[in-house]
Amino acid sequence: MSERNLLPPLRGYARADGRKGIRNVLVVAYLVECAHHVAREIAAPWREQGVHLIGFPGCYPNGYALEMMERLCTHPNVGGALLVSLGCEGFDKRRLARTIEASGRPVHTLGIQPTGGTRATIAAGREWVERVHAEIAAQPTVAMSVDELIVGTICGGSDATSGLTANPAMGVAFDLLIAAGARTIFEETGELIGMEHLMAARAARPELREELVRSVAKAATYYATLGYASFAPGNADGGLTTIEEKSLGAYAKSGQSQIDGILKPGIEPKAKGLYLLDVVPDGEVRFGFPNINDNAEIAELIACGSHLILFSTGRGSVVGSAISPVIKVCANPETFRRMQEDMDVDAGRILEGAATLPEVGREIFDLIGRVAAGDATKSESLSHQEFILTYKSFGPLGPACLPV
Amino acid sequence: MKLAPQDNIAVALRPLRAGDRATLDHVALTMGHDIGLGHKVAVQDIAAGETILKYNCPIGVATRAIAAGEYVHTHNVASSYLPTYTLPP
Repeated sequence: MSERNLLPPLRGYARADGRKGIRNVLVVAYLVECAHHVAREIAAPWREQGVHLIGFPGCYPNGYALEMMERLCTHPNVGGALLVSLGCEGFDKRRLARTIEASGRPVHTLGIQPTGGTRATIAAGREWVERVHAEIAAQPTVAMSVDELIVGTICGGSDATSGLTANPAMGVAFDLLIAAGARTIFEETGELIGMEHLMAARAARPELREELVRSVAKAATYYATLGYASFAPGNADGGLTTIEEKSLGAYAKSGQSQIDGILKPGIEPKAKGLYLLDVVPDGEVRFGFPNINDNAEIAELIACGSHLILFSTGRGSVVGSAISPVIKVCANPETFRRMQEDMDVDAGRILEGAATLPEVGREIFDLIGRVAAGDATKSESLSHQEFILTYKSFGPLGPACLPV
Repeated sequence: MKLAPQDNIAVALRPLRAGDRATLDHVALTMGHDIGLGHKVAVQDIAAGETILKYNCPIGVATRAIAAGEYVHTHNVASSYLPTYTLPP
């Protein structure tokens, strides 16, 4: 029996481009921080009913941010978008609206200045959301299979147990997903420092080997220029001593499968397999840290098409995300007992001898099936919908990065 | 628990107290320090400059001599790549 048959049948929302979503979210997007409050007020009454707030705070234009917003507003989990502009910001709102419209989704742009200020814009926005939300809610679902699913993985609030339990268990789940035909994405090059040669040995093609080593070298240079590794004080409190040690744990998320390619934010993998998301900007160091926190990275995994995110934590992160559900896998049994309302999977049982790594990996795989079929994750049921997007710049992907 | 036979450190599968004894690969160790869950202890004497191995992978370099049973962390190990930032006490 193939692994494909072992997940329950999925249901998805069909999109005009042939992709399918596992949620049908309506996004309200602010296009500059000055429109944030108005956008939040518009979305607030439907916060528990699938209306999510996203946005970009900057007033200066940025190609990466525009592309991220295009990918996010046309993500398969998204059914429509309301854009909220102040009116004078640099964000190319017309291009974003055209992209969303061309995807067949309902879209509307509200400018706070032309609409007549805060109160009038909130009223107009709520009127639009009320109507479109009802339309979207009536959309029927269609059959969806595992090979249409994209799953991303991230670790946050790591400690020394992350690399012993949750990360390798998520690696087992990744291997099962890939065997079932799914597309999977792991990250992040700044937390793979020291692992580059092990990773290169798993490359599907010789040309990809060099690209993998190069992507980690870029990250090491970038972080060295900034003076800090991707390493928080809590990581050290949790027993991790160096970035190499943290990387060793983070790397375990990728499982044992061959590595099929490298992505950059917003590029969706087109064939099944395992992909590394290179989150570190290209060129000279600009705009500060590559990702200022975990949610910046989750947004990038989602912009690459991830329908859901596996998030491992040892210290105890509580975050979820707008657009795609986040499954929290807790590595540390002490943390799980303290914060179990926030955790979907107790991988710390492995340390205490109460479960094996393959068992917990299988449990995560089964949970992915249930969440894809509509079950709410812990962070979803607690209304976590974090979102952050900042400035970056990327060059094009190298020719060896994707399978032909 | 040692994660690979080549390792010169082991990780604690439960919190250990200073003075606790453990036997690993027939080597008797006495903890010189409290060791938190997942934290590391030297399973052999390690010279300054020697590479620390976990899962047989290098995770840093000893900044001073470390005795068997001693706590292994940021006070006696440094990264070969980027410095580790910790909050001031």
